[in-house]
Amino acid sequence: MSDGWSVARALTDPGSVAGLDPTGWTHLLSAARALSLIGTLAEVLADAPVPPDVVRVLADVRHSNVAGQRQALWEAECAAMALADYPGKVVLLKGTAFAAAGYDAALGRSIGDLDILVERAGLDQVEALLLKAGWEWVKPDPYDDAYYRQWMHELPPLIHATRDRMIDVHHTILPLTAGPRPDAAALVASARLLPSGLYVLSPADIICHAAAHLIADGDLSGGMRNLWDIDRLVRQFVVEEPGFSETLAERARLHGLSDAVGRALRLSAQLYSTPIMFLRPDRARNTVHASDMLFLRRITAVDGWGRKTRKLTRQGFYIRSHLLRMPPAMLARHLWTKWRKGHRG
Amino acid sequence: MRHSCSITVGPARFRIGSDWRAPVDQLRALYQDYPQDEGVPDFTVRLQATSALRRFVKPQVAIAGDFTLPDAAPLPLEQGLLAAEMAMNLQMALGWRRHLLLHASAVSRNGRAVVMTGVSGAGKSTLSALLGERGWRFLGDEFVLLDPDSGMIVPFPRPVSLKNAAIAAMEREVDDETRFGPVMRETPKGTIRHLRPRTEAVELMARETRPALLLFPRFGFPRAVRRVDEAESFVRLTQASTNYVALGERGFDALTGFVRAMSACAIDYSDGEEGVEMVERLWSEQGGKLGVRAAAA
Repeated sequence: MSDGWSVARALTDPGSVAGLDPTGWTHLLSAARALSLIGTLAEVLADAPVPPDVVRVLADVRHSNVAGQRQALWEAECAAMALADYPGKVVLLKGTAFAAAGYDAALGRSIGDLDILVERAGLDQVEALLLKAGWEWVKPDPYDDAYYRQWMHELPPLIHATRDRMIDVHHTILPLTAGPRPDAAALVASARLLPSGLYVLSPADIICHAAAHLIADGDLSGGMRNLWDIDRLVRQFVVEEPGFSETLAERARLHGLSDAVGRALRLSAQLYSTPIMFLRPDRARNTVHASDMLFLRRITAVDGWGRKTRKLTRQGFYIRSHLLRMPPAMLARHLWTKWRKGHRG
Repeated sequence: MRHSCSITVGPARFRIGSDWRAPVDQLRALYQDYPQDEGVPDFTVRLQATSALRRFVKPQVAIAGDFTLPDAAPLPLEQGLLAAEMAMNLQMALGWRRHLLLHASAVSRNGRAVVMTGVSGAGKSTLSALLGERGWRFLGDEFVLLDPDSGMIVPFPRPVSLKNAAIAAMEREVDDETRFGPVMRETPKGTIRHLRPRTEAVELMARETRPALLLFPRFGFPRAVRRVDEAESFVRLTQASTNYVALGERGFDALTGFVRAMSACAIDYSDGEEGVEMVERLWSEQGGKLGVRAAAA
């Protein structure tokens, strides 16, 4: 029986794959693919002795990695050109940011949409510039549009008409309906300039964002990859940024994300042996919470065919993700509207 | 998964898992000549029930696997074989990086290949299937795999997916009923029936072939032949490739080399016999030119 744990083991200890038989390899590759970690696995195993069949599969994956990152950076470049007249900072988020900043977390990482963060006051101008440069609305539904604009942390998604790539324009890192209120102004203020003229979040804020995205917002469907991001980033920042642990604790407090960051670090330590523990001075140190086991059960829910398993657990977290985003009365109203429109999913 | 099998076509190995027995049995029969060893596959394909209930009540096959499209519509279980074929195509289209993939069919003679490409309905499948029964080696009818390093065509001889009128035409041509798959009616593309290539095509599927002639057939028009220059061929083939962009510079080099190595023609024809005759004629003219070129060199 293989699940996310077998992928975590292969990533953290590449030597452990030496004993795999063809079936073991097949299950590992399928699970890694389903968890969006195949690109990372291919890079981690680049120098490991693996069977010829596997060499061929991983070589294809590494080709895709190179093309994918080139495309993601090009898309960021296109956005920068479109926003040349916008005087504020354009901050890259997530995978594109890791690649642009040259962080270890970018190694083999699949990158989907382009995510950027701008000040809320600049949204109208940014939106107008993107529309002028060829991006179009994805969601034609007026309710969805209004909902995004009123309650979400981002504009409704835009897609470029000819390049077919999506952009998400954020003004903060959690929906406005969520409990924690990250300090968006502080995120932008301490963002770091790259040679390209684009920005990335400060190291501590990158971890806060990753944790917010995973723990305080989502249904954890991308958990294995998100936690791998966190593991790689933390390992790098602990070495390169003096006083990183303290800065991180401080920033997490500022953004109201101490719980989320603490949980994310505990989980990544469980899965990937991430070396530092985020320490909450008011709590017992390094304790693994009982609920963490439930999170890990959800995060590793995949089988050797790449299928999602543990349906009940997954459903539980799906419901949780909605409850986190919306107070119950609002959630009920939202679901009622969606149901009347026959919305699926 | 409950039922599974492994199928190797040319350089690609597929693992297919299914919630039901029938599609796997049909695959095993259709691919009986192909290697079915159990190494590490290039791609996994899953034929899954859309819900637990739908495994038994009006069963619906969802097309899933390593690579999926979010909007792929499920098919009824009677079309499970089609679902498997579509899912295998999808894996190749989205995941294969070893070769430049052209949406085309190909046949060869004397170690030199004719590549035929065109929109769905242009007749490239039927033409290649007919030629495959008449002295040509069938190399594939869905994807042509072009090796960027050698410029050679790597055979990918999947069973031919015959549609509508082409089914009766090939049933007249092939007298071995066991080479046909089940008839699937009312699919999204009309009636579909698969035809397993002749045994030699499968036995020789590891043997690569040099491309010699590129054709853009169009079915249902009065007979016409028009030369196509390199630039037009190039642009038309970028449209016909699923991984041209993904291959980056390798794809560009492979494709420019490909169009330069061959002469290309657009051919219009009104029935299969006429199409076969036109391919044969162009081939012999081409053969003459190749001889002249060889003599000049």
